[in-house]
Amino acid sequence: MNIIYMLLAISVFVALIFFAAFILSVKKGQYDDTYTPSVRMLFEDEIVKEKDTKSIHKATKEPIIPK
Amino acid sequence: MENCFHCGDECRATPIIHYYKHFCCNGCKTVFDIINENELSYYYELEGTPGSTPYIQEGKFDFLGNKQIASQFLEFDELDTQIVSLQIPTIHCSSCIWVLENLDKLNPAIRASQVNFPEKTVRITFSSKETTLQKLVILLAKIGYEPYMSLDDASIKKKPNINKGLIYKLGVAGFAFGNIMFLSFPEYFEVNEFWLERFKHTFRWLAFVFAIPVVVYSARDYFLSAYKGLRSGILNMDVPIAIGISVLFVRSTVEIAMGLGTGFLDSMAGLVFFLLLGKFFQQKTYAFLSFERDYRSYFPIAVTRLVKKGIATTEEQTQVYELEKGDRILIRNSELLPVDATLINGKALIDYSFVTGEAEPITKKSGDQLFAGGRQQAGAIEVEVLKPVKQSYLTQLWSNEIFDKNNQSLFESLTDRISKRFTLSILSIAMIATTIWLFIDSSKALNVFTAVLIVACPCAIALAAPFTLGNLLRIFGYHKLYMKDSVSIERLARVDTVVFDKTGTLTTSTKNTIAYEGVILTKEEKSMLTNTLRASNHPLSRSLYATLDNNDIKTLDDFKEDVGQGITGTINNHKIKIGSYGYTDSNQKRRERQTRNKTAIHISTDDEYKGYYIFFNDYRNGVKEVFDKLGKNHKIIILSGDNDGEKDYLKTLLPENATLLFNQRPEDKLNYIKEQQEQGKNVLMIGDGLNDAGALAQSNVGISISENVNVFSPACDGILDASRFKDITRFLSLSKKGIKVIEHAFVFSLFYNMVGLLFAITGNLEPVVAAILMPLSSISIVVFTTMATFFLGRELKNETAPS
Repeated sequence: MNIIYMLLAISVFVALIFFAAFILSVKKGQYDDTYTPSVRMLFEDEIVKEKDTKSIHKATKEPIIPK
Repeated sequence: MENCFHCGDECRATPIIHYYKHFCCNGCKTVFDIINENELSYYYELEGTPGSTPYIQEGKFDFLGNKQIASQFLEFDELDTQIVSLQIPTIHCSSCIWVLENLDKLNPAIRASQVNFPEKTVRITFSSKETTLQKLVILLAKIGYEPYMSLDDASIKKKPNINKGLIYKLGVAGFAFGNIMFLSFPEYFEVNEFWLERFKHTFRWLAFVFAIPVVVYSARDYFLSAYKGLRSGILNMDVPIAIGISVLFVRSTVEIAMGLGTGFLDSMAGLVFFLLLGKFFQQKTYAFLSFERDYRSYFPIAVTRLVKKGIATTEEQTQVYELEKGDRILIRNSELLPVDATLINGKALIDYSFVTGEAEPITKKSGDQLFAGGRQQAGAIEVEVLKPVKQSYLTQLWSNEIFDKNNQSLFESLTDRISKRFTLSILSIAMIATTIWLFIDSSKALNVFTAVLIVACPCAIALAAPFTLGNLLRIFGYHKLYMKDSVSIERLARVDTVVFDKTGTLTTSTKNTIAYEGVILTKEEKSMLTNTLRASNHPLSRSLYATLDNNDIKTLDDFKEDVGQGITGTINNHKIKIGSYGYTDSNQKRRERQTRNKTAIHISTDDEYKGYYIFFNDYRNGVKEVFDKLGKNHKIIILSGDNDGEKDYLKTLLPENATLLFNQRPEDKLNYIKEQQEQGKNVLMIGDGLNDAGALAQSNVGISISENVNVFSPACDGILDASRFKDITRFLSLSKKGIKVIEHAFVFSLFYNMVGLLFAITGNLEPVVAAILMPLSSISIVVFTTMATFFLGRELKNETAPS
C-alpha cells in the first residue's frame, strides 16, 4: 500500500500545476477584461472576403451595406 | 420622422440623404463616408445605428503638437514603436469594439489596437515615423470616438492594479481549502481502520503544510487590521477573526504534533476562503468612472501662449502649469479659461455655470477681470494671466483641509459597533466556561477555552455586511447610481439632511421652455425668423428653431452671424435681427430690465423692435415628487451659487420647512455643511459642478449628478445618471432597508454561534461538527442576504425599468 505515498505526491503535484496556472493567468492579465474577448470572438473573419470586394468597391463607388 | 443611419438620432426637418440613407447632420454623413470608403461597413452590420455624432472643436488637440506633452501620454516610446492608452467615453457597443480594433485600415501607421470595453479604453500601437499622436487623436475624433485626455488621469493609469493581491490571496485560500478538505475527509468517519491508522499522520502533516500559506499569506490582512485596531483601542470585527484563526491554527498544530487528532485546519482554511470571498464581492469597481477627479482633470492640458519675438508674435502650446503672471494667452470659442486673467482683446461671454452655479453667461469688456473655470462662448479672446493656475480663485478651494484628510476612517460601521460587544461577550463566555470546567475536569478546560474561541469566530457576521452592501452596490449600479464603495451605502442609510445645488442639479443643462412676449409677429416675419434661425448653429437658435413651425422654407438673400451678438438675415429687402438686446435695438433701455437674469432672444425687423423669446431653465422631471417624499423625514436645503431670481418658483416646489440660500460661493457651501454636521446632522449633498466640489467632499455622502456619466464630475462618493434623479428617494430607502437586512443576518448568525457554543461549552466540539457548522452558517448568510437584497431591489426595477 506504499503506493499511496506516490499517489499523494502525484495528486499534490497536479494540484500545484493548476494553482500555478491560475496565478500565471491572473498575472498575465487574463482577468483584467472579461468582457471584450467574448465580443471579439464573434466578429466575422473577413480578411479573405475583403480582398475580393476591394476592387468592386473602388470601381463602382457603391457602398456595400446590407439591408 | 427618419432616424439617422449613423447615430440613430431623429433627423430634423431636413435630413441629409446620401446613398439612400438618412443622416441627421453632416458630421454623421462624413463618418459614414470615412467608414464606407475604407471597407469598414461591417461596422453598420454588427449593430444598428452604432455611431456617435463627431464634435470637432478646431484646435482642441493642438497641445499634442508639443512633443513634450504628447510623450507624457505614451505608455511606451522607443524608436518607431509607440503605445498609447486612450480613454474613449463613447465606446458603447460591439461595433465600437470592431471599428476601433480595425483602425489600421484607416491609418496604416497603426500596428495594433485593442479595446478594453469595461474600462472604455483603447490601447494603440503605432509608429511615430509615419504618424503622430496628434493625428491619431484627430482621426479618432473625426469618426466620433474623441478621447478624453487629461494629464491627471494619464498619471493615475500608470499605477499598478491593486486588486490583484486579493485575487492571489483568494486563490491560495481556495487551493488550500480544497486540498485540506480532501485530506481530512477520511478521518471524518472515525473508523479505526488499519490503513487509515497508518496513513493518517501523513495526511495531517500534509494538511498542515497547506495551511501555512493560508495563515501567513491569505489571512495576513486580518491580523494587521486587528493589530491596528487594538493599538488604537478599537475592538473591530477583525479582532475576533484574528483570534479565531490563530487559535484554530495553534490548537490544530498542537493536536497534530502530539498525535491527538486531526485539528481544525479544514475549518480554518474554509473560514479564510469565505471571508476573502466576501471581501472580493464587496468591491465593485466602475472601471470607466473616476470618483477622484478635481479641477486638474477639468482644466485643459495646454493653452495657446502668445510669445512676442521682436515685432512678430508667435503662438506656442504651453502646459497650463507653466503659465506665469504676465503671460498672454489665446482662448478660442468654447475653450476653458484655466487661470485668473485680465481681458485684453476680443469680446468675452463667459459661462460660469459649472464653477459658480450662475445660470447665465456674463459679458465682459476689455480690461475686466476673468476668473478661472469659465468657458468662453463667443469668438477668440486674448487675456493676460494674473495668477498661476494653483493660486486662482477657484483652485484655492482645493487647499481646504477637507481635501487632505481621509474622513472614511472616522466612520463607525454597523459591523464595528456590533463587534465590540460581540468580542467582549465571547471572551467572557470563554473565561466562564473554562473556570467551570477547571472544577469539573481540569484536563478538558483548555480544550473548552479554545473550542469556544473557534466556534465563535464571527465568520457569518463578518460576511453579512459585505454581501448585502456588495449586492446593493451592484443593484444601484444597474439602476445608474454608481457608488464608489460599500461604505458609502451604509452612510447613505444614515442621512437625515439632503442638500441640493440648483443649477445643473435641479435644473437640466438644456434650456427648453420658451415664451414669447412683445408685438405679435406677422406671417412673413415668422417665416423670416424660422429661415434665419435655420442657418444658425448657435444652441439657442437651434432650441428656438425646434419649437417653431417651419413649413415655408426659403433661401436667404443674405445672412450674417456676429459671434456673441446675434444673427441678421435678409429676404426680399426685409431685414431681421435676432440676438442680444443691444444688437437688435440700440435706442431704448427700457425692456432690458425685464429680461435681466433671464436668457432671452430679442427680435427686430427692419430696425423695429418686436419682442423677445424667454428661455426658462427646465427643472428635472419629478423634482416636486422628490421634494414631497424627502420632506417627510429629511430636512431639505438648497444652496445655490446663482441669484435668487427663481426663489419664488422654488418655494412652491419645496416643503415649508426647507431652507433656501442663494449667492453661495463654493466655500460658503462647504462651511454651511460643516455647520450642519456640527449640529449632529448626517448630510447628503447632491451637486454637479466644480463649485460643489468642497461641499461634496465635506458632506457625509456626496453624490454628483451627471447628464453623461462619462464626462467630468468632481470628486464624490457616487455618480447618479440625471435620468434617475426622481429615484433618489428610492435609493435612500433601499439603503436603509439594506441595513435592516444586515441586522437580521446578524441575529441569524448569532443563532448559529449559540448552537456552536453549546457544543463547545459542553466539551463536545469535534472537527466534523466545526467543519459542517462553519460553512453552513456562512453559506446560509450569503444566500439570505443575496435573496433579501434582490427582493428589495425589485422595488427599483418594477416602477422604473431601465430603457
